[in-house]
Amino acid sequence: MHIALLKATTAFYLVGALLYLYFIITLKERGAKLGRMFLLIGVILHFAGFVSRYFAAGYTPITNLFESLSFFALSIVTVFLVIEVRYNLRILGSFIAPLGFAFSISAAFQSGEVARLAPALNSYWLPIHVMLLFIGDAVFAIAFGAGIMYLLQEKEVKRKRLGAIFKRLPSLDVLDEINYKCLTVGFPLLTLGIITGSIWAEYAWGSYWSWDPKETWSLITWLLYAALLHGRLTVGWRGRKAAILAIVGFCAVLFTFLGVNLLLPGLHTYSSLSG
Amino acid sequence: MSDIVIVGLNHRTAPVEVRERLAFPAETVGRALRGLVERGGVVEGVILSTCNRVEVCVLADESFKGTEAVKEFLASHHGIPRNELNGYLYHHGGGEAVKHLFRVSSSLDSMVLGEPQILGQVKDAYGYAAEFRTIGPILDKFYNKAFSVAKRVRTETKVASSAVSVSFAAVELARKIFGTLKDKTVMLIGAGEMCELAARHLLSAGVKGIMVTNRTFERAVKLAEEFDGRPVRFEELTTHLKLADIVLSSTGAPHFILKRQDVEEVIRIRKYRPMFFIDMAVPRDIDPDANQIDNVYVYDIDDLNNVIETNMEERQKEAMRAEEIVAGEVRGFLRWLEAQQITPTIVMLRKKFEEIKNAEVAKAVSMLGSEDPRTRKVVESLASAILNKVLHPPISALKKDVEGRDVTELVATVRELFDLPEDGAQPPPQEETPKE
Repeated sequence: MHIALLKATTAFYLVGALLYLYFIITLKERGAKLGRMFLLIGVILHFAGFVSRYFAAGYTPITNLFESLSFFALSIVTVFLVIEVRYNLRILGSFIAPLGFAFSISAAFQSGEVARLAPALNSYWLPIHVMLLFIGDAVFAIAFGAGIMYLLQEKEVKRKRLGAIFKRLPSLDVLDEINYKCLTVGFPLLTLGIITGSIWAEYAWGSYWSWDPKETWSLITWLLYAALLHGRLTVGWRGRKAAILAIVGFCAVLFTFLGVNLLLPGLHTYSSLSG
Repeated sequence: MSDIVIVGLNHRTAPVEVRERLAFPAETVGRALRGLVERGGVVEGVILSTCNRVEVCVLADESFKGTEAVKEFLASHHGIPRNELNGYLYHHGGGEAVKHLFRVSSSLDSMVLGEPQILGQVKDAYGYAAEFRTIGPILDKFYNKAFSVAKRVRTETKVASSAVSVSFAAVELARKIFGTLKDKTVMLIGAGEMCELAARHLLSAGVKGIMVTNRTFERAVKLAEEFDGRPVRFEELTTHLKLADIVLSSTGAPHFILKRQDVEEVIRIRKYRPMFFIDMAVPRDIDPDANQIDNVYVYDIDDLNNVIETNMEERQKEAMRAEEIVAGEVRGFLRWLEAQQITPTIVMLRKKFEEIKNAEVAKAVSMLGSEDPRTRKVVESLASAILNKVLHPPISALKKDVEGRDVTELVATVRELFDLPEDGAQPPPQEETPKE
């Protein structure tokens, strides 16, 4: 039942993403309104699937690649819907909804069977640590989308060819503000995620920090965002620089999440493909 | 049969001196409208008077030579000899008039294609006519239809979606860079006319404040007063520049007054908060290389003109789609108008034959001298059958929808053939007229 629910959300995300793409091409408001409705239904089904899997498995279902990808998609779409309501930025959906769909469909290709929980994961730190990180990462995903939009719009204004992109994308100021707001929300979540992980590691493996590849890459990611935050607050890194760093930062997030699992063996490998 | 006629002149057919002489100032419109409908044959009338056009639209009755009479009205109202006016006036009747008004209110006939003011002016003209009761059911429906066509054009095409003047383009760009303008400050360097105009537009777009600087300080003070802004000595320009988000420049300086290094320094002090330079001067005031700096945007007058040109091209393309919408709406309205002429004729035709039939049936029954209801019924149904068969061809001919057919003439022929009473001025019962 829960697997079916989780997979059905993929269809809703797909239709939502297509509607948002239709919106950015034609600028017909209906596209965005319907797109939002599909994403919202998708999120509700997704959440229901998540909860029912929680009861079926007896633990928070973010332990293997299927569950993680699926939960990441849920976080991205949810955070997007919150921001869309807050800023009334429909066009952001044309960039974010496809991203949410991409994670959701990649989850659908993974084995969705409920596995026996590895002993190290059997802890109340699991939901705290993993959820903090994934929600933080979802916020960074929005900053990534806004960063791409910023670069596209900036190029248009700088080159003085005000075409289709100029009309469709919001002002540079709004995009930069989203970038900044996401940073101020995402960075504390990332920091707390790493700290809770470290505490949990002490309980589970007897060491706060063991330079496992995932830990190393988390630190790299953290340092990137810390640099961006610092640069913003002191030197005035804004606009283009901040947009580029938000994009680089999210690439680091993705590598920490997926690249490390798939390429570099380490203590966190229970969430790899075989997991 | 009645007909819609529009006579007028606009920026294409008449120079401004002539347009001025024919204009109807708001306070005289009422009197003019009454004068118009008091002319024999004018059933309803509307006068549109803007700085670019003067148009008189009337619903004229059949016996009336609409165009000539309206020209006569314009000449006599303004005291201008008829022959002096002739070269400037255009006139449209029937379908052409319908198309004309639809195009005018959708701003497809304006000097600046897609400019939004004209619809308001047409609505005002309609308002006056309603106030002075010179508008009746036909023109009422006609104008309301024109408003809804304009609305459709607005929502379904992008004919008015982009800025087509330098100042509006500057405001549009500023909005895309800064989002809201309400906490932004403008620095005006020099006092060129275009620059002033752009400053005015930025002010009406809501910028927070304006600083003005000029080589002659007195001029800066005077201009600053005008804008409710702050004058700045020219020598102190660079120290004040860091406060400005938008810089409008148009000095007569022979070389750059702001070099790339100057701008780099200012933006660093501002912690890279964006700056938008609009350089209206020729030769230019601001080093175009400054555009390379992060968060600095430099547009000169050619750049802005290019923006406008691209927007204009887009409008032209959208205008073609708008014309299609108008053409469809014209066909729809003409069908309604035809129905307004045909229906009463058909009703009259039926009524007349019905009366003849009743009289003849009564006569026949009394001649038969029979009290038998069956006899009466047979006679009556015989008469009805003949009547229906005779009336069928003319009625279906009237109702037939043929492209390019002149309904007015057909209706006149039918009335003449069957000797129907003349009451063309009598408007038929109305269907519900949609209001904007």
